Amino acid sequence: MSEDDEDQSPATDLRSRNKSRNCISSSSSQTFPDHVLENVLENVLQFLDSRCDRNAASLVCKLWWKVEGLTRSEVFIGNCYALSPARLTQRFKRVRSLLLKGKPRFADFNLMPADWGANFAPWVSTMAKAYPWLEKVDLKRMFVTDDDLALLAESFPGFKELILVCCEGFGTSGIAVVANKCRKLKVLDLIESDVTDDEVDWVSCFPEDVTCLESLAFDCVEAPINFKALEGLVGRSPLLRKLRLNRFVSLEEVHRLLLLGAPQLTSLGTGSFSRGDQSQQEPPDYVAAFRACKSVVCLSGFRELMPEYLPAILPVCANLTSLNFSYANISPDMFKPIIHNCHKLQIFWALDSICDEGLQAVAATCKELRELRIFPFDPREDTEGPVSELGLQAISEGCRKLESLLYFCQHMTNAALIAMSHNCPELTVFRLCIMGRLRPDHVTGKAMDEGFGAIVKNCKKLTRLAVSGLLTDQAFRYMGEYGKLIRTLSVAFAGDSDMALRHVLEGCPRLQKLEIRDSPFGDVALRSGMHRYYNMRFVWMSACRLTMGCCKDVARAMPNLVVEVIGSDDDDVNRDYVETLYMYRSLDGPRKDAPQFVTIL
Amino acid sequence: MIGQLINLKATELCLGLPGGAEANENLAKSAVGNKRGFSETVDLMLNLQSNKEGAVDLNNVASASKETTLLKDPAKPPAKAQVVGWPPVRNYRKNIITQQKTSGKEEASSEKAGNSGGGASGAALVKVSMDGAPYLRKVDLKMYKSYQDLSDALAKMFSSFTMGNYGAQGMIDFMNESKLMDLLNSSDYVPSYEDKDSDWMLVGDVPWEMFVDSCKRLRIMKGAEAIGLAPRAMEKYCKNRS
Repeated sequence: MSEDDEDQSPATDLRSRNKSRNCISSSSSQTFPDHVLENVLENVLQFLDSRCDRNAASLVCKLWWKVEGLTRSEVFIGNCYALSPARLTQRFKRVRSLLLKGKPRFADFNLMPADWGANFAPWVSTMAKAYPWLEKVDLKRMFVTDDDLALLAESFPGFKELILVCCEGFGTSGIAVVANKCRKLKVLDLIESDVTDDEVDWVSCFPEDVTCLESLAFDCVEAPINFKALEGLVGRSPLLRKLRLNRFVSLEEVHRLLLLGAPQLTSLGTGSFSRGDQSQQEPPDYVAAFRACKSVVCLSGFRELMPEYLPAILPVCANLTSLNFSYANISPDMFKPIIHNCHKLQIFWALDSICDEGLQAVAATCKELRELRIFPFDPREDTEGPVSELGLQAISEGCRKLESLLYFCQHMTNAALIAMSHNCPELTVFRLCIMGRLRPDHVTGKAMDEGFGAIVKNCKKLTRLAVSGLLTDQAFRYMGEYGKLIRTLSVAFAGDSDMALRHVLEGCPRLQKLEIRDSPFGDVALRSGMHRYYNMRFVWMSACRLTMGCCKDVARAMPNLVVEVIGSDDDDVNRDYVETLYMYRSLDGPRKDAPQFVTIL
Repeated sequence: MIGQLINLKATELCLGLPGGAEANENLAKSAVGNKRGFSETVDLMLNLQSNKEGAVDLNNVASASKETTLLKDPAKPPAKAQVVGWPPVRNYRKNIITQQKTSGKEEASSEKAGNSGGGASGAALVKVSMDGAPYLRKVDLKMYKSYQDLSDALAKMFSSFTMGNYGAQGMIDFMNESKLMDLLNSSDYVPSYEDKDSDWMLVGDVPWEMFVDSCKRLRIMKGAEAIGLAPRAMEKYCKNRS
């Protein structure tokens, strides 16, 4: 499960430093030749794992910069357009693992036309020549083609892990090539990606002998699979620990797979969780199958749940640390008997169909809960929501260790947010989506300023915030005053004036990612942040009040900032109103693959 | 986006068994063996004005971003207008929930029947490919009530490609070979489908309900390539009539 994992440190990996301080003075004292020092340094620096530590080490002096570049094996690039692939391969010589992120998050919500970019192709072709020992590629919101996957499969003989999160552009034919050619493949995780059905039996493409597979996740693949081949694959994958099936795998088929490999599995995605064969014959003993899953701690799937079979999972509930019901329309009555057993649960995702009642049950049982995500079954603005401030209040009282929250609802009160801010001091991620735009506190009628204010003030570890409901500039004043650790901020339909954005830009020194839509912020606000933009990963502002003139000014004043204005094809190029602004720092200037509807200032 | 109004006129052909009851009450009878007249035309307007939301779009086709377009939700009459990308739920998640809602839990098996546009009471998912397009799309034929609806949806999905402009006036005369040949000789696109017998037919030849039942797959092909279909299609109708 990986919707928008938070990264831990600023992406300042590749900011080049012009100063060159040679910390080793070769003139005065007796020194070893540089290459010996380099070797020593290499042996020491190779133990540094954390990105932050490595970034710091690389700033010590030129030598350290160079050696760090030789020893860094895992590279994180938070914005694929912040630098070119050539720069990556020049700076780091021995990369084994790449984590690359492409499109900004608001692209997920149709706010950006298709074909905007974030192509994996230039990266894979450059790395194919430079990193023959590449083992791991982890992409998020990138456009990956079947050809890219084929090139990857052919170029890296030791390739072990492919993780594609929210990606698109490829199909089952690309997956087939990877399955077939990457003989050392341990991890093949396709997560919430758009995978075209090319009608290729990719499961059969894995090699015939014993595989190294440890994790296989294909729950997002919207295509039937060859079950017999899958059974064979599971049977010859002794190291398999994580298996996430898609909705074309029925309960009976899951049953058969569990008979094969249940005791080793730690993570199971249950596929459709409904019977494929509706005939009258006696269903297999699902409970026994789940009882055999002694190691399963993470359960997901339930894509087409038949509720009468849900109790089959009871044997594993006591061990579960992670449970994802977010594709299952489960009522409170179905839900409560299950959750009462999940005492160890730390991560829980569900639809709001469990209602406030279900949340109260969670609060009563799941004292170890760290992460909660409640998604709307009916994501429209004007429906009656089944969850409300009651559920949130209950959670805040029962789950004191809560660190991360995503909550969709129709109504909320300031009181509930204030309560949560006091009860859950460990909160680092707080994302509340009151689906009705501009909705005030439905009990007092006031804006939601005080509630969100309390969150930023009392949750001292808060790094990520998403706001909603009726919010005035006051809410943003609170954010600027108290949100000192905030790195990611999402704003929609909020604020009264430019002052709101100014408060944030002037008050939040750690702000890295700012995404704003449909809010009355204009040129004055944009200009007020110019001292920040080089220290941020990106700024997104759509349907705000920006003018072309101001954006051009910013672009002129900040040459290492790429300022993209995104419009539609038939926009008048000279139009002054800026529909969407997306700007980000870049070491290599504006990109060359921008489509027609993107204007780079 | 290219905004063009396309008129695709197709005929309602009479499968004229004297006294035979046909599904579509629009059919006029004509004597077997005669050159057919056209009782009805189905007016397929492929409207390329980009509209947000609307038909089922199982891929994340983001429309051109203008100011937030307000669109009436057709299911609920005077409901509040929906805004693009709000609430911020990923299409991936929305689509899954939508699938569950339309097909219903008890009918989950019909979706698992694969890609055949079966007569199951569940969804009738068929793949749509377009010559030259990088990948396939899928539509649920049950979501539409007429050829018109389907055309609109297809146009939205593939609106980056030019669709053919069929003679604005008049109807396609299947028996008027020269007109048909003109049409099919153009490089414009023509929707065709694979029916239950695995024959490829031109879309619009049978009544809508019959089409939904028999269509297994859709292909939007270049007019020039569709030439081969027309004679076969005509052959089939002749066969069906006797």
